[in-house]
Amino acid sequence: MDKNFAARRRRDLVIAAVLAGLAALAPLFIKDVYVQNILILTLMYAALSQSWNILSGYCGQISLGHALYFGIGAYTTELLFTKFGVLPWFGMLGGGVIAAVIAMGLGYPFFRLRGHYFVIATIVIAEIGLLLFQNWEWAGAAMGITIPIRGDSWLKFQFLRTKLPYFYFALALCCLAWFVTWWLEDSKWGFWWRAVKDNPEAAESLGVVVFNSKMGAAAVSAFLVAIGGAFYAQFLAYIDPESVMGFQFSLLMALPAVLGGIGTLWGPVLGAAILIPMTELTRSYIGGSGRGVDLIVYGALIVAISLALPRGLVSLFSRAKPKGATR
Amino acid sequence: MGLLYGLIAVGLALIFGLMDVTNFAHGEFLMIAMYLSFFLFAFFAIDPLLSAPLVAAALFVFGAVVYLLIVRFAMRAKANAGMVQIFTTFGLAIVMRGLAQYFFTPDYRSIPQSWLGGKTISVAGIFLPEPQLVGALVSIAAFAGLYFFIHRTDFGRALEATREDPGAVALVGIDKNRVFAFGWGLGAALVGLAGAIMAVFFYIYPDVGASFALIAYVTVALGGFGSVFGAFAGGIIVGLVEAVTALVLPPSLKSVGIYAVYLLVVFIRPRGLFGSM
Repeated sequence: MDKNFAARRRRDLVIAAVLAGLAALAPLFIKDVYVQNILILTLMYAALSQSWNILSGYCGQISLGHALYFGIGAYTTELLFTKFGVLPWFGMLGGGVIAAVIAMGLGYPFFRLRGHYFVIATIVIAEIGLLLFQNWEWAGAAMGITIPIRGDSWLKFQFLRTKLPYFYFALALCCLAWFVTWWLEDSKWGFWWRAVKDNPEAAESLGVVVFNSKMGAAAVSAFLVAIGGAFYAQFLAYIDPESVMGFQFSLLMALPAVLGGIGTLWGPVLGAAILIPMTELTRSYIGGSGRGVDLIVYGALIVAISLALPRGLVSLFSRAKPKGATR
Repeated sequence: MGLLYGLIAVGLALIFGLMDVTNFAHGEFLMIAMYLSFFLFAFFAIDPLLSAPLVAAALFVFGAVVYLLIVRFAMRAKANAGMVQIFTTFGLAIVMRGLAQYFFTPDYRSIPQSWLGGKTISVAGIFLPEPQLVGALVSIAAFAGLYFFIHRTDFGRALEATREDPGAVALVGIDKNRVFAFGWGLGAALVGLAGAIMAVFFYIYPDVGASFALIAYVTVALGGFGSVFGAFAGGIIVGLVEAVTALVLPPSLKSVGIYAVYLLVVFIRPRGLFGSM
C-alpha cells in the first residue's frame, strides 16, 4: 500500500512535469489570439479551482464564497497601483497575505458551523464584501477601476501587444497550485483532513490540531485565489465589484473541481481543461444571438455530468490510470 | 416586506429545510411563476389574484416533475451527495434562465393594471400598499397551513420519517419517491403563490429569481433547518432588519444588515434560531 502510494505520487509528479512542459511549448504552435485567450483562462481557472479544492475538496469545508478572496486580490493590487504607485507584484503578494489573514479570521467562527449553515455563511460573507465594495467611493464604487496603461513591461506586469507573458504566468500559477496540493496530500495536514472527512467524530478527539489544519487550508486556499485575482485584474486591465467578487465567480471556481473530481489531485485541472473551452466556445458560437441558448447548453451539461459522474471525470480514468492525464 | 420574504422562503423551508435537499433553482421557480401569472394576465386578462391558484397548481406539477426527472437521481448519488445536489440544481437554474431568455426575451415586463396594483389601504391611519398586505396575509395562511400539514397529517409524518430513515420507511410500505415528489410539488406550489402575488408589483425578467433566492436561503437557515415556525420567524426578522438597516445605511446596503444578522445568529446558535438539524 505504502509503496503504491509513493509510486503513484512519483508518477503524478512526472506526468505533471511533462504536461507543464508541453503546455509551455503550446504558444509556439498556437498563434491565434482568441485561442491563446481561452488557454489563459483555462489555466487560470484550473489554478483557482485547484486552490478551492484544498479547502473544499480535501478538507471538506465547502466554500461558495471564494470570490471574496479573488476580489481582495484584485482590489488590493489595483488600489495600491493606482493610488500609491506600488508595483503589481507587491500588491499581488499583499493581496494574498490580506486574503489569508481574513480567511483565518473568518475560519475561527466559521469552522464551528456544519453543512448548509457553513455554506450559506460563506456565500453571505462574500456578498457582504461585494456590497461594501459597490458602495466604497474611494475604491471606485460600482464603476470599478480602470488600470492606466503604461506600455509593455514585466515590472508593471502589463502587456498590450502580446498575451504570452500572461500565459506563462497563468501556467506558473497553475503549476504552483498543483504542486502545493501534491505536497499537502502527503503531509500531516493531508492525513488529518482525510480523517476529518471520513469520520468527523473520531477526528474531533484529536481536537485543536485538526482545527489548526483547517485554518491552514483556509489560508493557503485564500492566498492562492487572491494571487489569481490579482492576475485577472492585470490581465483585463479593468475591474469592478460584480466582475471580480460576484457569486458566479465562487461557483465558477468550484465547478471545474466538482466536474473533474472534488478532493482529487487531477480533478480541477481536468475539469477546467474541458469546462472552460466549452464555456467560451458555446458563448462565442451560439451565445451571439443573445437569447440564452448558450446558457441552456451549458446548464444542461452541468446537470448531465453531475448526475452521471458524481465522483467527477477522474473516475473515468480510475481503471486505466496511467493514461489518465490527457488534456 | 418581511412576510413576503417569508412567503418565498416557506416553499424552500419545505424542500431545503424539512426534506434536506438543496435546491439552488428556487429563485428560478419563482421566476417561472411570475411569468405564468404575467402571461395569464396578458393573454386572458385574468387578474394575478385570481390566477394565483392556477399558477400554484402548475408549479405543483412542475416541482413534482423536476423531482422525478432530475432530483431523484441526484439524491441517489453515492459519492459527494451534497455537491451533486448543489450543482445539479444549479445547472437546472441556468437552463431555466436560458429558456426564459429564449422564449420570453430578456426584456423587463410588468403587469400594468390589476385589482391590487398601486392601491393603498388605510389601517388606523397608516397607509399600507394593498399587494404587500395581501402578500402578508397569504404568507401567514401558507405558514399556518404548512405547519398544520407537517405536524398534524399522516403525510407530514411520512415526510419527516422519510428524511430520517428512507430504508425503514420503505419497510412500512411508504414509497419514498411519492412522498418526496409530493413534497417538491408542494414546495413549488407555495413559491408559485409567492410569484403570483409578486408579479403584481415587481418587474419580471429572466434573472429576477436570483435576487430573492439568496435571501430565501438566509431566511430558512436563520430560522433553523427543520422548523416551519423557524422559517416564519426568520422571514419576519429579515424584513425588520432590512427596514432598520435602510434607515441607518444607504438603501444599496440594506442587505448587509440581513447577512450580518444571519452570521451573528449562527455564531451564537450554530443551528439557527429554532433548528433541529
